[in-house]
Amino acid sequence: MYRYDEFDAAFVAERNRQFRAQVERRIDGSLTEEEFRPLRLMNGLYLQLHAYMLRVAIPYGTLDSAKMRQLAYLAERWDKGYGHFTTRQNIQYNWPELRDVPDMLDALAEVGMHAIQTSGNTIRNVTADHFAGAAADEIADPRPVAELIRQWSTDHPEFQFLPRKFKIAVTGAPNDRAVTAAHDIGLRIVRNDAGEIGYAVLVGGGLGRTPMIGKVINGFVSQADLLPYLEAIVSVWNLLGRRDNKYKARIKITVHEHGIDAIREMVEARFAEVRPQFSGVDLELLRGIEAQFAAPAFRNAPTDAYDAARDADPVFRAWADTNLSAHRAPGYAIVEISLKAHGATPGDATAEQMRVMADLAERFGHDELRISHEQNVVLPHVHKSDLPELHAILRAHGLATANIGLVSDIIACPGMDYCALATARSIPIAQEIATRFDELKIEHEIGALKIKISGCINACGHHHVGHIGILGLDRAGVENYQITLGGDHTQDAALGERTGPGFSAEEIVPAIETIVTTYLSEREGPGETFLETYRRVGMGPFKAALYPAKGTSKDEARADAA
Amino acid sequence: MPRPFTPKVVTANALLEGDVVYLAEDGSWTRRLSEAELLTDEADAQIRLIEAEKRTSEVVGVYLADMAPGDAGPEPVHFREAFRRTGPSNRFHGKQADA
Repeated sequence: MYRYDEFDAAFVAERNRQFRAQVERRIDGSLTEEEFRPLRLMNGLYLQLHAYMLRVAIPYGTLDSAKMRQLAYLAERWDKGYGHFTTRQNIQYNWPELRDVPDMLDALAEVGMHAIQTSGNTIRNVTADHFAGAAADEIADPRPVAELIRQWSTDHPEFQFLPRKFKIAVTGAPNDRAVTAAHDIGLRIVRNDAGEIGYAVLVGGGLGRTPMIGKVINGFVSQADLLPYLEAIVSVWNLLGRRDNKYKARIKITVHEHGIDAIREMVEARFAEVRPQFSGVDLELLRGIEAQFAAPAFRNAPTDAYDAARDADPVFRAWADTNLSAHRAPGYAIVEISLKAHGATPGDATAEQMRVMADLAERFGHDELRISHEQNVVLPHVHKSDLPELHAILRAHGLATANIGLVSDIIACPGMDYCALATARSIPIAQEIATRFDELKIEHEIGALKIKISGCINACGHHHVGHIGILGLDRAGVENYQITLGGDHTQDAALGERTGPGFSAEEIVPAIETIVTTYLSEREGPGETFLETYRRVGMGPFKAALYPAKGTSKDEARADAA
Repeated sequence: MPRPFTPKVVTANALLEGDVVYLAEDGSWTRRLSEAELLTDEADAQIRLIEAEKRTSEVVGVYLADMAPGDAGPEPVHFREAFRRTGPSNRFHGKQADA
């Protein structure tokens, strides 16, 4: 794992000192809110519906036990004893007070963490595959290059006042778990014919008001060319991006308006100008960072204990079947700890649970933890012989829910329970859906199904790429939920299609149940997933089941006009 | 014919704590919507808003929120204000816990 060097530590300390002074000046009246707002946002501090919210970056979702324990400490010392892990692999504290935030940032700096550029029109926290460094299907660990990008983009003088925010995601595996196609820039580590590592670069993806799937701007950028190539893209957009209209400012609109070919030409021209400024120091840095991400010393041991527990304990077996993934080292597994206990808030963890997960990582997991964009926690390197004991400890702390990838493993943004931008609530809908399917006891029968819920069109809950997407809106002063079907967040990224008119808060859970039962009756067998069935049968059967008495042309016309 | 004026309260977030506050009739900030001044005259509401906006060392994000008169003071007409008055629905935090 990357350790701050003296430069990093001094930079963050200086930045925190500046922010402390800015907070003091806001409180004593020498800074107006108008002046202070962009400063607090650059340091991750929002003002939400009920309180301030501090968003802390977890670069590429990677933590060790010391960092996780410090997150628990912040939750207890300055918040209400819990934190909320987000779809951008960050953590949010929902209740800090303004005077305390500088102390919180200092406490984060003690463990090499910060909240810089988690908001504002800057390059945001770089996200990556949450199985990085562990996945059996990985070409290379995406974290070293993500760290290089973090260093390059942090306080980059040219990119502090971009037209809008800018998000970069990296995957090192062909199975894209980082939703790279829905980012301003998506990087996919690939090998060329000569076997060299490089990057396929996607640009112009994004969800939100105008969802777009990223387009390949370059199929192979070498490691030496990557930073200047990224700099060229951001630089071209920085000039072209629509500053006249924030809804048209993201690079997805720039790419859409100018066309990928024209953008590619401009980027190539800009690249030719900036490339000579990169002397190769960036590559040296990358090599140094890579050394810090060296794989742990995996042990070679029998897995008898695991096999015995699987045979003897059906609860353990159910958990192992859903919450484990293939590891690249023999005898090891990737463990996903579900933060989606049925009826709980997706992504929330108490300080006590954070400490338990930190202890488990230290004891069984080579001191590594990851946060997934699906709002779960990952122990990337656990030897299978340790799994029965680990599972028992998870169970004792309400962390052994066996539902990864199932209908109750729902992504939900904070919605109107916390967010000032939200138009409807998300969390209670997720809670009710999970509770309902738990009552029905059919989620294992249903199999792989991703429900993603956003409480406004900004789509923090990734609803467009959910197999079932739910979008909460304010329809004439009442919460209303639109459903999309057939979205896909993987390497085959696709946007979901709207079913038709939305549903009230009371109707939405039965509507989801209708969709799922329709799938169960339509599928060719348990081997056919929801997404496969949807692709085979299309929207028709779902629409017919959802709108049996409706479907009049008047309703349709009204829905289409909305 | 001009549309009838929907009564309002002046609301904001407290600068230091960040929590929801309402302007009371005596000009103080109260944490309880029931204690807020219900403004039934449009011109009056605008004046109260402009005055409140100047109090930048106390509050952030001042605005007028639609309300209806109720037995126990102003009542929200939109669910967003109902949530601001209460707190989040997933945890017993915020105003509902302070009451």
